[in-house]
Amino acid sequence: MPRTRTPVVAGWFTEDAAEEDFRLLGTRCSGCRSVHFPREDGHCRNPGCPGGELEEVPLSKRGTVWSCTDGRYRPPPPYVSDPDAPWTPYTLVAVELAAERMVVLGQAAPGVGVADLPVGSVVEVVPGVLDEDRATGTVHTTWHWRPVPAKEGRS
Amino acid sequence: MTGDVAVLGAGMHPWGKWGRGFVTYGRIAARAALADAGIGWPEVRSVVGAQTVRGGYPGYVAGATFARALGWQGARVASVYAACASGAQAIDTARAQILAGLADVVLVVGADAAPKGFFAPAGGERPDDPDWLRFRVLGATNPAYFGLYARRRMALYGDTQEDFALVKVKNAAAGALNEYARYRSPVTAEEVAGSAMVADPLRLLDICATSDGAAALVMCSMEFARRRGVRDPVRIRGVSTVTPTFPRTVLDLPDIGTDSAVAVDPSPESFRASIARTAYEEAGVGPADLSLAEVYDLSTALELEWYEDIGLCGPGEGAKLLRSGATALGGRVPVNASGGLASFGEAVPAQAIAQVCELTRQLRGRAGQRQVPGARVGITANQGLFGHGSAVVAVR
Repeated sequence: MPRTRTPVVAGWFTEDAAEEDFRLLGTRCSGCRSVHFPREDGHCRNPGCPGGELEEVPLSKRGTVWSCTDGRYRPPPPYVSDPDAPWTPYTLVAVELAAERMVVLGQAAPGVGVADLPVGSVVEVVPGVLDEDRATGTVHTTWHWRPVPAKEGRS
Repeated sequence: MTGDVAVLGAGMHPWGKWGRGFVTYGRIAARAALADAGIGWPEVRSVVGAQTVRGGYPGYVAGATFARALGWQGARVASVYAACASGAQAIDTARAQILAGLADVVLVVGADAAPKGFFAPAGGERPDDPDWLRFRVLGATNPAYFGLYARRRMALYGDTQEDFALVKVKNAAAGALNEYARYRSPVTAEEVAGSAMVADPLRLLDICATSDGAAALVMCSMEFARRRGVRDPVRIRGVSTVTPTFPRTVLDLPDIGTDSAVAVDPSPESFRASIARTAYEEAGVGPADLSLAEVYDLSTALELEWYEDIGLCGPGEGAKLLRSGATALGGRVPVNASGGLASFGEAVPAQAIAQVCELTRQLRGRAGQRQVPGARVGITANQGLFGHGSAVVAVR
């Protein structure tokens, strides 16, 4: 069956971009320059904002680890996992984006553990797969954070 | 100063997994509080229920649900929800009614019947709900956030998993003395270290369980207490239900991203610190006046953060304070003399009320083997997801 690739949430990251061009998509207020992720399309949340338009903006490709943890037990629905398959823990990482002055959460790329993500180390956002529904042939895509080797580790 | 209201009665249903509905627990706690206050149910002129999202419609209209379970008698009713902070909002609502002269005697009740395992979001496909999204997109359970905070402390301050385990050991020792606690056995550091890893660096015994439980308070005006011959009641002197300020730069449940600080510099004071400060200011007391504190130890590591947020020590000094023994029973300022969430597990809408029940017992000098000698001033602190502060200062 042909596979359909569908973002887990539409509009949160670039689709059909090459890995090096993949970005999270937020919105930026034209009035106060505040950035919102997940995207805020209705209103700027800065109470001192003079008012402006919210425009889509790609977030920084790289950031630094604010903290990380892992999920050793299967999360409840609506997280999708095969109840018949053994649970494979995954890593969650909170990433500080310097230009946006904010922290964004995400799963780490498969195989990346907490030991690979010391606080302050550099990571980059890459496309990833969240789950696959074999019955309908749907692949839900997402974003992952991946360590950047130290020699190129400048955010 | 806003003015005092009296706590005339406090009652609880023991925490645990009892297999009954939240209404049953709430009614038992309410009747215990009424008996403790020595007043009849018909004298209550207002009922405030802390809602639960796990009990269907009766949970959303908790105030009326409890009023009906006790028997309709015409009292005014309100129901409030603020996640873990629901209890504090119920107390705040009761206090406002009493101080405004709308009611002399108010019954506050919170109760929950919790499912086993992780809390999960409400059902259905709800992509506009951040609580639904964090599970769908990230599988980010509550313990995952606790794990992030704990590792951040380890990196910033050098806290260790051994420090976190000592919080559990301390709270289990206190909880073993509390007949309302769910877990009543002492726990060793080795047992914590030997428990299963849930959200690295936190293990099963670092993370609070989800429990059934109920707590209730009978609150009244100082004048009503005097008329009843209660000359020196426990008084609620400050209640904080504040929200954060923009930009909030610490990732909070259920957020996937923080606010951006591009336009506005973040406040030097954390949201949690502002919760306690607001209650202190309203009560006209400070951390140095405290006899004891009840804080929301959703995880062992989070209890250390609260030490700093309520002003018992400076940022990063929580583990040092713990190791000094100051926050254990017999220490300078015992924290979670009740045993805390470590010994209770969380019964969301009841928990902030249960914290005040413990202060009430302690300030009355009736906490038995857990008694903090000469207790005069206590604070409770708590935080509900989606930006709810919760703190109560009680004095005697």
